[in-house]
Amino acid sequence: MSGTYLGMPAFPVAAKEAVGNETLRGNLRHATHTIRDKRAKAVAELDDWALLREAGKRIKDHTLRHLDRYLVRLEESVTAAGGVVHWAADADEANRIVAELVKATGETEVVKVKSMATQEIGLNEALEAEGISAYETDLAELIVQLGDDRPSHILVPAIHRNRGEIRDIFRDRMGAWGRPAPDGLSDTPGELAEAARLHLREKFLRAKVGISGANFMVAETGTLVVFESEGNGRMCLTLPETLISVVGIEKVVPSWRDLEVFLQTLPRSSTAERMNPYTSMWTGTHDADGPSTFHLVLLDNGRTNTLADEVGRQALRCIRCSACLNVCPVYERAGGHAYGSVYPGPIGAILSPQLRGIQSEIDASLPYASSLCGACYDVCPVAIDIPEVLVHLRERVADQGGKGHRLEKAAMKAAGWVFDHPRVMAAGERAASKTRRLHPSKLPGAGAWTDSRDLPELPPESFRDWWKKHHNDRKDTGT
Amino acid sequence: MRAALFVTCVNDAVYPATGIATVRLLERLGVDVDFPEAQTCCGQPQFNTGYRRETEPLVRRMTRAFEGYDYVVTPSGSCAAMVRHHYPKIGDEAAASLAARTYELTEFLVDVVGVTDVGAHFPHTVTYHPSCHGLRLLGLGERPRKLLESVRGLELRELPGADECCGFGGTFAVKNSDVSAAMGQDKVSNAVSTGAEVLCGADNSCLMHIGGIVSREGAPLRPVHLAEILASTEEEPWS
Ligand code: SF4
Repeated sequence: MSGTYLGMPAFPVAAKEAVGNETLRGNLRHATHTIRDKRAKAVAELDDWALLREAGKRIKDHTLRHLDRYLVRLEESVTAAGGVVHWAADADEANRIVAELVKATGETEVVKVKSMATQEIGLNEALEAEGISAYETDLAELIVQLGDDRPSHILVPAIHRNRGEIRDIFRDRMGAWGRPAPDGLSDTPGELAEAARLHLREKFLRAKVGISGANFMVAETGTLVVFESEGNGRMCLTLPETLISVVGIEKVVPSWRDLEVFLQTLPRSSTAERMNPYTSMWTGTHDADGPSTFHLVLLDNGRTNTLADEVGRQALRCIRCSACLNVCPVYERAGGHAYGSVYPGPIGAILSPQLRGIQSEIDASLPYASSLCGACYDVCPVAIDIPEVLVHLRERVADQGGKGHRLEKAAMKAAGWVFDHPRVMAAGERAASKTRRLHPSKLPGAGAWTDSRDLPELPPESFRDWWKKHHNDRKDTGT
Repeated sequence: MRAALFVTCVNDAVYPATGIATVRLLERLGVDVDFPEAQTCCGQPQFNTGYRRETEPLVRRMTRAFEGYDYVVTPSGSCAAMVRHHYPKIGDEAAASLAARTYELTEFLVDVVGVTDVGAHFPHTVTYHPSCHGLRLLGLGERPRKLLESVRGLELRELPGADECCGFGGTFAVKNSDVSAAMGQDKVSNAVSTGAEVLCGADNSCLMHIGGIVSREGAPLRPVHLAEILASTEEEPWS
């Protein structure tokens, strides 16, 4: 993944800062609660939501089980329709392929459709190193790019910004990237959108190369599909002469019939819309209509490794709707940046450690970035059991025995032994009860629990000791 | 009707009152309660922290301890969920059988005993926090509310953001203590905003976390387990 994220601190450290940032917490609470409530309404309108969810899950599982077959089918269809297919094993290879393709056109500028895959591989930075400027054209991505910032949400990358902050970014930074913001720009949504429109229009009209990802690829016809709500994506997909799409291999679906399910679930689950505003679909190239050259770069970058894990592979069903982020109480307080990846929130916590491995500090900490409350699983339109995968990945981290986990394992073993010997446990309880005055409710420096919470006072006797008496009383009275 | 009480390790050591209340309540309703003393911990903390192998002997112990009981009742949604959802995956057939015979207290009352009015009296204003595992993994739904609504003298106040996690989450509470505390503080302010005297829950682990914040902040709120409210009668008020 992107070099930008290397050396991220572990999740709890990064989250601590976010928790203390009142503005950020306010922005996130407002935004996530608004979209959460809207989504719940949009989903409740469909009485067959549970069936659609199950269908989406099965289509994805079936496709993943036969991924080899469907990818070859896709390659044949795309090639037959006039496109060129490239295979990239990792981020470096994908970046190299795209840079070569752009250089071959002689251009030094590209316009981009909002895409997670290109962020995952750090394409913009890789192109910049080759002297190619990549312009983000999604409004929120534009805000992130102008602010020299990182996205903090899959769908709303600038969710951590409020209107005032956006106005300042536009006013201060637009000029350096192209057409400056109009004088006297206010923070009303209308004026902000107009400033972005004017700034971007120049880029759309000039660009000869467009770069995109895709939400789906239909194997039977070689059709790529992009869902967006602004129309800016469609500009990039239709105006340039060359179109390069970088897409994760798990985005393939067998047929148009399968696509129909996601056309219903994705918009409702992501933006709470009944129908997606701009759904662009293209199949290869056509004379005098749209790009005359089309390249598809199929990206693995850890996906086949993920597929090899029986429990973890369900993460590859993800259609990146963001519903799990929007309901997640941890995301709401920690913010997207703490996850150290372009994939934040619950899905990021199970996807990043699988795509990147669990060697780095941040990746080894992500499976623990959850209270396992299960709200994510409830809303996921492809029924990914995120808590199940989190626990599974915790096992992997614990097995690896990294920092702190050796001690923890010993403690778990010791606790296990005590729990397997009820007499020892009862004696321990009695000892603790007797000395309860010696357990101050505020242990200085004892850290994680007592920093913000008092400990309960221990009772004079355990339940099992009470039971013995109660039971004997019952016997005595013959009841 | 005979039922075995699975009190849970937290209730045994820290909240015996909840276990005692559960026994009183069930006996009042004519249930013959037994407490198999071989029981200890269901293994949830180990399992959820990624120590599956360390969980296995505890699953075997629990399975043996509750052999032969048609009903196993526990005043904890998350321990019930551990047994119901994870035992079939971790243990053998006997463990799967225990999973099918294990009931969270409100499930047992409403579905097995068939009561929503347990004859309780608790003259206080109460707001109810449905802990996540009871809410989502067990699907307790309206059961706790129906039970509370039938308690004489009790005034139930709606908790804003009730279905949001309180932030306990087992080892999450210490591994991610800042986020955990922030979630708990929001839960406490929501509960305080209802003006209720009592914050009721059906999981003492969550109440320990919430109560720890209540005590630290000096919030005007008393966390009480649902079993204790249901055990309370006019003749024998709980507290
Ligand atoms: S995991 Fe599910 S809810 Fe989360 S983004 Fe992916 S599809 Fe949406």
